[in-house]
Amino acid sequence: MTSLNQTIQDVFNEPGCGKNQAKSEKERKKGCTKQLQPGGAAGGCAFDGAKIALQPITDVAHLVHGPIACEGNSWDNRGAKSSGSSLYRTGFTTDMTENDIVFGGEKHLFKAIREIVEKYAPPAVFVYQTCVPAMIGDDIDAVCKRASEKFATPCIPIHSPGFAGPKNLGNKLAGEAMLKHVIGTEEPEYTTPYDINIIGEYNLAGELWQVKPLLDELGIRILSCISGDARYREVAWSHRAKAAMMVCSKAMINVARKMEERYEIPFFEGSFYGIGDMSDSLREIARLLIERGADPELMDRTEAVIAREEARAWAAIEPYRARLTGKKVLLVTGGVKSWSVVAALQEAGMEIAGTSVKKSTREDKEKIKKLMGEDAHMFDDLTPREMYRKLKTAEADIMLSGGRSQFVALKASMPWMDINQERHAAFAGYHGMVEMVKEIDRTLSNPVWQEVRRPAPWEGAGAASWQDRALSECVSPHSPPTATGREAA
Amino acid sequence: MAQVVKSAKACTVNPLKMSQPIGGALAFMGMRGAMPLLHGSQGCTSFGLVLFVRHFREAIPLQTTAMSEVATVLGGYENVEQAVLNIVKKTSPEIIGICSTGVTEVKGDDLKGFVATIRQRHPELANVAIVQCSTPDFAGAFEDGWTKAVTALIEQVVPEVEPVRRDATRVNVLPGCHLTPGDIDELRDMIEAFGLAPNFVPDLSGSLDGHIPEDFTPTTLGGAGCEEVRAMATAGATIAIGAQMRGPAEALEKRAGVPFRLFERVSGLSACDELIMHLAQLSGREVPVKYRRQRGQLVDAMLDAHFHIGGRKFAIGAEPDLLFALVSTLREVGAEIVSAVTTTSSPVLEKLPCESVTIGDLEDLEAGAADADILITHSHGRQAAERLHVPHYRIGIPMFDALGAGHLVTVGYRGTRDMLFAIGNMLMQRHHEPSPDDWRDAWPDQASELSSEPRKELV
Repeated sequence: MTSLNQTIQDVFNEPGCGKNQAKSEKERKKGCTKQLQPGGAAGGCAFDGAKIALQPITDVAHLVHGPIACEGNSWDNRGAKSSGSSLYRTGFTTDMTENDIVFGGEKHLFKAIREIVEKYAPPAVFVYQTCVPAMIGDDIDAVCKRASEKFATPCIPIHSPGFAGPKNLGNKLAGEAMLKHVIGTEEPEYTTPYDINIIGEYNLAGELWQVKPLLDELGIRILSCISGDARYREVAWSHRAKAAMMVCSKAMINVARKMEERYEIPFFEGSFYGIGDMSDSLREIARLLIERGADPELMDRTEAVIAREEARAWAAIEPYRARLTGKKVLLVTGGVKSWSVVAALQEAGMEIAGTSVKKSTREDKEKIKKLMGEDAHMFDDLTPREMYRKLKTAEADIMLSGGRSQFVALKASMPWMDINQERHAAFAGYHGMVEMVKEIDRTLSNPVWQEVRRPAPWEGAGAASWQDRALSECVSPHSPPTATGREAA
Repeated sequence: MAQVVKSAKACTVNPLKMSQPIGGALAFMGMRGAMPLLHGSQGCTSFGLVLFVRHFREAIPLQTTAMSEVATVLGGYENVEQAVLNIVKKTSPEIIGICSTGVTEVKGDDLKGFVATIRQRHPELANVAIVQCSTPDFAGAFEDGWTKAVTALIEQVVPEVEPVRRDATRVNVLPGCHLTPGDIDELRDMIEAFGLAPNFVPDLSGSLDGHIPEDFTPTTLGGAGCEEVRAMATAGATIAIGAQMRGPAEALEKRAGVPFRLFERVSGLSACDELIMHLAQLSGREVPVKYRRQRGQLVDAMLDAHFHIGGRKFAIGAEPDLLFALVSTLREVGAEIVSAVTTTSSPVLEKLPCESVTIGDLEDLEAGAADADILITHSHGRQAAERLHVPHYRIGIPMFDALGAGHLVTVGYRGTRDMLFAIGNMLMQRHHEPSPDDWRDAWPDQASELSSEPRKELV
C-alpha cells in the first residue's frame, strides 16, 4: 500500500505536466483530479484506466486479480486491434471468492499464473491489482517475483486498485509499471536512425494502421507503440528509440518524460486527428529524428508526402465541404479530443457550437481558445437537458460524444455520432479525417430524422410534444439549477 | 438428470459470469423513478453502466458512492449519505436501490445500519424509498444479485400484514433476470387474455424496452412503482418464473400470505401448457382461441424444426434458469447437449436433461464444444464461435453485438416457436453439401490408413 501511495505521489509530481507545476506543494499532493462526488460521479476507475492503457499489448496474458466484477463485467469491450496475437482479447481473472478473502488470494494468484503459462505460454503475464486484494493485503509484487522465476516468464505487477482514483490516474500507474518492470529489459535485434516510439496510441478501430503506411513509406520504423498493436518485446526494447511522439494528451506523459530522462529519447506531444495536426506530427517526427542524427533529406521527403496526402485528403473532402459548411457541431468529449477534433471539423467547414472540457488540461483549453477564438463555448459540465436544448434550438445540428450520452440526442430524434473508444470507425490520419467527414455527412443526410420526428397520426394537431415541453422547462426562468451547463472558467 | 461439476481451475478464462451487484442494479432498474446505487469504487458502477448501455442501447441510470481508498478503510457511511442526498437533489427519484460490492463488503460496511441512520438524520427523505441489499462481488453471480434485490424490495417495501381482502383477479408476477422486456410483454398479454391483471415486479418492460419517453428523466423511464410493490400484498396469487425467484416468492408469502406457484421455465411446449392451464384455473376461464392457435403453431414448428435440431450437437452457456429453459426446450426437439456451462449453483442444475453441467467459464464451454454444431451463449461467446467455426445464437446479458436484445422473445408458445425457427435456420444454413469423396474410405478404421499414406496420384 505504501509503495502504491509513493507511486501515486510520484505521478502527481510529474514535472512534464504544466498544470501540475503551476500548483502549490500542498495542492499537488491532492492529485490531479477533483474529489469524486458520491452520487454524482461518472467514469472509470484506476483499474479501468490501467487496463485501457495496457490491454492493447496483444501477446500478453492480462490477468485481473480480483472478484468477478472487475473482469467479468468488462472484458473484450474495447476496440484495440491486433495484427498478430489475439491473446489480449482473452479474459483472465482469479475470480476471487470468500475463501480467498479469508485466507488471502496469493496462492490462488500463483496457481492462476501457472495455469496461464502452461496453457497459453505468453511472453509475459500482466497482473492487475484491484480493490479487494489490495484491501486484504495480497502482495502481488512477491507473487509476481516468485512466478517470474519459477515459470521463466516475466510476470508484471500493475498496481491499479479502482479506489486509488480515476481512469486517468490508472493510465499513469500502468505507465509506471512499464517503466519499472518492462522498458529496458530486452534489446532489439538492430536499431536504425529512424526508430521512433509512439506513446499513448491504442490502435482503436485500427487507427494506428491509418498512420503506419506513411511512416513505412518514409522509412520511419515504429520501434514500439505503447501500447497499440504492440508485442511485449517491443515495449521491452522501446528504450532504444531515437525519438518519441506522445499521442493521448496527458495519459502517459510520465512514460514519455521518464524515458527522456533515463534514455535521452526526446518527445513531442502531437495528434493524428485532423489534417493539419497529422502533418505537424509527421514534421515533428522527422525533425526530432534529424536532430538525433537521421539524414536531413528526411524532411524533404516528409514534406513531399505531406503535400501529396493533404492534396488527396482535401480532394476527397471537397464533395462534402459544400454540404457541411455552416453545420454546427456540439462536442461532448474529454481531454485531447476536445481540441484535436475541433481542428478537424473546422477543416471540413463546420462550426463548433460548443465543446466540453471536463477532462481537459489548461493547455488543452488554451489550444481550444487558439482554434475557436477567445469566445469559445467551453463547458465543464453539460447536463442532458442543456445538450438537448442546444440541439433543439439549432445551436447545434449534430452531437459528437461518447456512447453514454448518445441517448440524449437519439431520444430527442437528433443526429449523433460516436467519437469515443468503443466506436468502430477509425478517424486517424488523412484517411481517418475523410472517413469522419463522410460519417458526419452520412448521419446528417439520413432521411430518418424527418421520419422519426413526425408525430403519430392520432396525436391532435398543435399538441405539444414532450420535446417541446422539455424545452419550455429548460428556458423558463424557474428551471431547476441543474438545467444549465456551467461555463468553464 | 445432470451431474453438477465445479470447475477446479485457479484461473477463470473468458468469464461467462458477471457479478452480483449489477444483477441487483438491473432489478432496481425495473422500478419506476429508480436510481440504483452501487456502494463501491466508481469503476464498479462504470463497468456496469457500459455493459447495460451496450446491451439495451438505452440510457442507464446507475450511480456510485465513489469510495476512495481512505473512505474504504475508514468506512463508507459518509459516502452513502452524501450519495443519497446528491441523488435526491439532482434526480428526485421515487426509489434508491443500494447494492454493496466486494470492496465495501470486505471492509464490513453495514448498509442496513447506514440506511437506518440516514432515515433518522434526514426526515425530509421520508417520501423516497431506500432499499438496500448485500451483494458482494466475490460470491454468487448476476442471477443471485437479482434475487437478492427483489427479495430486499419485498422485505423492505411490502407491508407486513395479512390483508383483510384479496383481489382474486390480480396476479403478482416475479420474473427472473433471464426474462427480457419483450418476454415480460409476452407474458403480460397471456395473463391479460384470461381477464387477470398482472403486476410485474420488477418490470423491465416499462423501463428498458426502448421506448421514446414522455419527458427527460435521469432516473428510470418506467417500471413498477413502489405502490405496485405494496399492492402485491393484496393480490390473489403470485407467479414466480425461474428457480431464482423462489426466495422472493416465499418472502412475499411470508409477509402477506400471498400463495405462489413457481414455474422453473416458461419456454417449451409442456412448460407453456402448464402456465396456460394455471392461468385458466386462476381465472376460471376457458383458454382463449388465440392461445389454442399459438399452441398448434408451436407444435407445427417443433415438427418442422426437429429435422434440423434433432441429433445436432449443442454447446450452451448461460445462467442457471436460462440454461434450464434452453436445454429443456431444445432437448424436446431432439438436440444433443455436448457442453453445458453455467455461472452459479441452483436447484435446477440437477434437473437439466443432459449428462453434466459445469459451473465454470467460456473456456470450459469451448473445451467441450470441439464437435459442436452450434454455440448458444451471450455475446462473449463470439471469439469461441469464430475459433470453432460454428454459428452463434446470442441470448442472455450481455448482447452487445446485436440489435434488439431487449426484444428477443423466447417465452410462451409464440416465443418458443420463434426461437426454434431462429436456431433451426442457423443450423439449416450450415447444411453440408455432399461431395463425391464424402463416402470414399469413410469407415472409421480406414481414416488412419488414409492419413498415413496420402494418395499422391489424386493430386
